[in-house]
Amino acid sequence: MLNNNEPVFVAGTGIISAIGNNVAECLDALENGRAGMGQMRYLHSAHGNRLPVAEVKLSNDELAQLAGLPNIKSRTALLSLVAAKEALATADIENIKDLRTGFISATSVGGMDKTENFFTGFLSDNSKGKLRDVINHECGSVTELVADALGIKDYITTISTACSSSANAIFLGARLIRNNIVDVVVAGGTDSMARFTLNGFNTLMIVDEQFCQPFDENRRGLNLGEGAGYVVLVSDKVAATLKNKPTIILSGYCNANDAYHQTASSPDGIGSYLAMNGALKKAGLKPEDIDYINLHGTGTQNNDIAEGTAIKRLFDPHYPKMSSTKTFTGHTLGASGGIEAVFSVLALQHGIIFPNLRLQTPMVDLPFVPERELVKNVEVKHVLSNSFGFGGNCSSLIFSKLE
Amino acid sequence: MYIRATGNISPQKTFGHQPLVDAVAYTGNRLACIEPDYKDFIDPKQIRRMSRIIRMGVAAAMECLQEAGVKVPDAIITGTAYGCLEDTNSFLSKMVEFNEELLTPTSFIQSTHNTIGAQIGLMLQCNNYNNAFVHRGFSFESALLDGIMLLKENDAANVLVGAIDEITNTSHTILNRLGLYKQGPVSNLDIYKTKTKGTIAGEGAAFFLVANEPSATDYAKLDGLHTFYKPEGIDEIEKQIASFLEKHLVSIADIDLIITGKNGDAGEDKIYEQLGQTVFNAKEVINYKHLCGEYPTAAAFAMWLAAVAIKSGELPAALNYTGSADKKINRILIYNHYQGIHHSLSLLSAC
Repeated sequence: MLNNNEPVFVAGTGIISAIGNNVAECLDALENGRAGMGQMRYLHSAHGNRLPVAEVKLSNDELAQLAGLPNIKSRTALLSLVAAKEALATADIENIKDLRTGFISATSVGGMDKTENFFTGFLSDNSKGKLRDVINHECGSVTELVADALGIKDYITTISTACSSSANAIFLGARLIRNNIVDVVVAGGTDSMARFTLNGFNTLMIVDEQFCQPFDENRRGLNLGEGAGYVVLVSDKVAATLKNKPTIILSGYCNANDAYHQTASSPDGIGSYLAMNGALKKAGLKPEDIDYINLHGTGTQNNDIAEGTAIKRLFDPHYPKMSSTKTFTGHTLGASGGIEAVFSVLALQHGIIFPNLRLQTPMVDLPFVPERELVKNVEVKHVLSNSFGFGGNCSSLIFSKLE
Repeated sequence: MYIRATGNISPQKTFGHQPLVDAVAYTGNRLACIEPDYKDFIDPKQIRRMSRIIRMGVAAAMECLQEAGVKVPDAIITGTAYGCLEDTNSFLSKMVEFNEELLTPTSFIQSTHNTIGAQIGLMLQCNNYNNAFVHRGFSFESALLDGIMLLKENDAANVLVGAIDEITNTSHTILNRLGLYKQGPVSNLDIYKTKTKGTIAGEGAAFFLVANEPSATDYAKLDGLHTFYKPEGIDEIEKQIASFLEKHLVSIADIDLIITGKNGDAGEDKIYEQLGQTVFNAKEVINYKHLCGEYPTAAAFAMWLAAVAIKSGELPAALNYTGSADKKINRILIYNHYQGIHHSLSLLSAC
């Protein structure tokens, strides 16, 4: 039976990104202002010398070793497994074998990193190209490699709504718990660097040749990143059995559509506004209750003005502290909602607000300025995390700390 | 909840809500959709910009909404295993061929897996919930479960749910190399007799409008949906079926007709044959993949078939059904598996 008001707790978190291979390393980088962008090392692209990227600082072999699975080849799956394993380990659910467990993963590239290799041979001769490079092309195939490695089979699915993918995965997980379909869910997303996406964004002319400057008047575009981020969500009943009783809940969520353009946001950011407003309503909160907004903040002209305009409409004059942590991790696309959900949880746990790096000239059309420096020792009770994507897909999550 | 309307583009003459009189016969291991005249559903300027799978998806969605008399649904949810392959292939091929230079964004923009749902939202100016599931043989069922939960949560009164997958020359070549399809001449109408390895490739775009409240023109009630992943053996499959029926308070005796997902692959069909000896023994069982071919979201075609059969009280003539379920068909169980990995059960009944 559905229990629409059941609190859904965050029992564990896991991340791998350009600023660290686990939550502790990422937190250290966030606190010390260490961004993860740099010259391309692991992806082989014709744009390698021109476009900085935020890569995870491990080769596929090193990742496989860390994940403990040398036979998995897709980088997307390896990143996913490392972060999902950490999330489950931190949740430390002793009797997980007796519980119904789900794995909801999001991705935009799936096994594309390997399909690219396949195509080089295949295009010259349709009988060429190694089939093992294309066999995990499907997004769902990457999810299954990881679910099988984790031993999760009660409910498995994959979401792909571009850059909002993993926010949608996380709140689907919460709804599966409330609908009594599972007791525990590992939910989030993964994306690896791929020439396909790098070139796609490059043709749209929204990739910054320098380190990105979200919410700066002179912003030039985004830096692509890669990584994975997952939360372990548990039902109220499971939370009560845990040694470390979780104190953070997913209190609000909403998915709305901008219905304006396949890739561009509407000038007034109607989709973003509806997503944020819907999440507040779901959480039963007022705009002034929000202490921190983890912005979508990609650094493109279009996103930042649309998101900023929507924030102005909803929050004026009570602006919470804000920042785009894509200034550290780059835009990790289908993984960004998962990675930023974990950052939101860290803000609640540690009472800190992360800086919006490299912000020089605030946007003239907006009456607020994101935080430029780390803010410590503040009370953070409610965090709003935004994820907006191609196809007008806009999703917002709210994480709250229980007293 | 209720299935209020449908829209289905498939390798059969399913579009346009006409009775399915004859089964279209195909020779070879690839069944292609019979596409409608899109002008009636999509602005001609937009048609030119859309790739084939987007056109099929949008047209099936529009026909479904028209039948439902719904202008803007409360949610749009799509399921696709492969996504927009033609656009993906186009961008990928040019990228490799021109060594990452001279590329244009159009095919990249349209290659994302949420393109069809997004295009529908854009055409309808629909700001509501919009989601896209991309999980192989669970893509359709995941989308449908999301819709069912939205209705239960009272976050939507009606939901447009659809499944779309296409075959392209490239995907057919690759999947053929992976050994999915039958080799040599084969007719779709004979696939269950062949007893050989491999199936035939299919594709389709099927949409449903599901709603909390009944209406005078509903097709059927959707009583239950359940999926299970990589069952350990036939025993677990039988247990899953039994507990699904029990959960929905029906016994196998209450089921008038079972639709199973046989696809002509001798190995994959074994599961259905074993169930025919046990759980489905002495039940009326029909198959559907000779009509639409095998693809990860084919179960959406089965749901369409079940909905149509329940609404009209009989199976379409194209099924050539000669069994004994000649009383009115009130309750249908659909059991489908994709490659033995993704299993789904759906229960539909008359309103």
